[in-house]
Amino acid sequence: MSAIKPLVSVEHLSLAFTGNRKAQALTDVSFHLHAGEVLGLLGESGSGKSVTLRTLLRLHSERTTQISGLITVDGLDVLALNSRALQAYRGATTSMIFQEPGLAFDPVYTIGQQIVEVILAHEAVNHSVARHRALEMLDRVQIPQARRRFDAYPHELSGGMRQRAMIALALACKPKLLLADEPTTALDATVQIQILLLLRELQKETGMAVIFVTHDIGAAVEIADRIAVMYGGRIAEENAVAGIVQHPSHPYTAGLLGATVDSSHRGKPLISIPGSPPNLANLPPGCPFAPRCTSASDQCRTECPSVVESPAHADLASPPRLACWHPIR
Amino acid sequence: MFFYVLRRLLYAIPIALGVTLISFLLVYLAPGDPLNAIAPSDAPAETIAALKVAYGLDKPLPMQYGLWLLRAVQGDLGVSIASGRPVAAEVLTAVRNTLVLAGIAGAIGIFFGCLLGALAGYWHGSWIDRIATFLSVIGVSVPHYWLGMVLTIIFSTWLAWFPAMGAGPGGSAEWLWDYAHMRHLVLPAITLCVIPLGIITRTVRALVADMLDQEFVIALRARGLSNATIFKHVAKNTAPTVLAVSGLQLGYLMGGSILVETVFAWPGTGFLLNTAIFQRDIPVLQGTILILCMFFVALNLIVDIIQPLIDPRMARA
Repeated sequence: MSAIKPLVSVEHLSLAFTGNRKAQALTDVSFHLHAGEVLGLLGESGSGKSVTLRTLLRLHSERTTQISGLITVDGLDVLALNSRALQAYRGATTSMIFQEPGLAFDPVYTIGQQIVEVILAHEAVNHSVARHRALEMLDRVQIPQARRRFDAYPHELSGGMRQRAMIALALACKPKLLLADEPTTALDATVQIQILLLLRELQKETGMAVIFVTHDIGAAVEIADRIAVMYGGRIAEENAVAGIVQHPSHPYTAGLLGATVDSSHRGKPLISIPGSPPNLANLPPGCPFAPRCTSASDQCRTECPSVVESPAHADLASPPRLACWHPIR
Repeated sequence: MFFYVLRRLLYAIPIALGVTLISFLLVYLAPGDPLNAIAPSDAPAETIAALKVAYGLDKPLPMQYGLWLLRAVQGDLGVSIASGRPVAAEVLTAVRNTLVLAGIAGAIGIFFGCLLGALAGYWHGSWIDRIATFLSVIGVSVPHYWLGMVLTIIFSTWLAWFPAMGAGPGGSAEWLWDYAHMRHLVLPAITLCVIPLGIITRTVRALVADMLDQEFVIALRARGLSNATIFKHVAKNTAPTVLAVSGLQLGYLMGGSILVETVFAWPGTGFLLNTAIFQRDIPVLQGTILILCMFFVALNLIVDIIQPLIDPRMARA
């Protein structure tokens, strides 16, 4: 680990849902993130990427979840915060943008009211200052006619505009960490690119750290500095974007890369990874990917590999990490 | 919004007309001859014919309806067969008394229904939820005339805390906001509030429990808003539905309290209807039903107009 303390560090995070639907959602997840860095969390549904994000804001119901491990963000022990400190942390130190901006806004308040409300909740400013800041934020996310959109209800905006407004709301209190939960998945392809470009631009401008959750490897490559691939509630592989794309070490990463669509495959059937993601209520004893992996051995089926830093790159601030018995060389 | 209100008002007109037609016809659909009530069964044929002409019953039905409607919009609902007094005056007094009873009972039911429902929904699955669910099931399923009788036996006969009958001392039919009259209100209001209390508790509980699982409430938490602020958001989102259910319940209380008003001899519309039915007093019956239905139409109209003020998405429907 480098000399500078990371902004975010997640250590040995495990999470189990204990309610009606029991599941071991996360197992021994560790990663860290420095200020100004963008980490892409990549995986299919059920891999634990969204659960990880929501745990960073402690959004899961405490009655039905069991969490162990340590989460530190900006020096705060997130899992130990009392409710008042948690309120101050949410939305100000760390804020979040959601997959479905149409569902993440309260439908009966205007966009402007909701942004102003967040500013007033976190900062000791009066209403007109907050209003001014909200309008400024709407301008900054390139919403045309911000003044008119300020008084619009969420349902009166298009999906792309709503996501821009959501970004404006999330950034209104200048967070140090932005959590993006598949923010482009629900949008049209052209709008997706605009939102990605906007996010990257705002990230450069503000210097905030971003954790970007997606199942779209293209989007992750577009925006992230590093990518952590998740599978079955564990981290399978983590590396800089170039490393992931050019030299995937984990068979699952290679499979994901093989399944992307590009023009050279035109006319050929889509490649996919056979099988389906593991059932989190009944995980196999060994590597969760073993049942779908072509190079799985008996060891893979009985013993789960832990995440190991690459010794060859130990001098890097964030050396590549891998959890596999039989990595691709 | 202006056009929305205009459209709602225009929609209300055919509904109101339909209501007048049905309340006019209902009485003719009922078995028996209205003249039986006034004329003795052995009255000579000439007398019956004369009475028919006097009450306008000899004319064809559409014409009777037209004439009745024309008089009704001018505030003339005819003359009571039983008492000989103008129907409009009788109905008006009854409506005032019922408004007092239904208003108070409705207010208690809606307030405590929202409170219990919100608590039960917020802590759904907890003991408070079970108590609220139990109370609401009881409220909906207990026959309220029976509850009225039980309350009368306990609090009037045994304990003698509250009077058992009437809207005021000495059987006065004029309501006054004084202590003597209020004492008469207690038992019927408690009896009557149980139904809306049960239904609104159930509605609010389901709404709140469902709302708390919605993405936007999770998003509100993620913004670092306080519980009180989040409650404000949830309340505003549930308000349109609660309003619609409350409007309906108030409408039912206006006319649906026949049994309770009869048990407590409360001189309201229910009591009037009950008396009119037994006396075959058709003008009173028609007039009362008409006014009650108009209340229903008006309440729905009010709810329809308020709803989009809370949730702007509704103005497009």
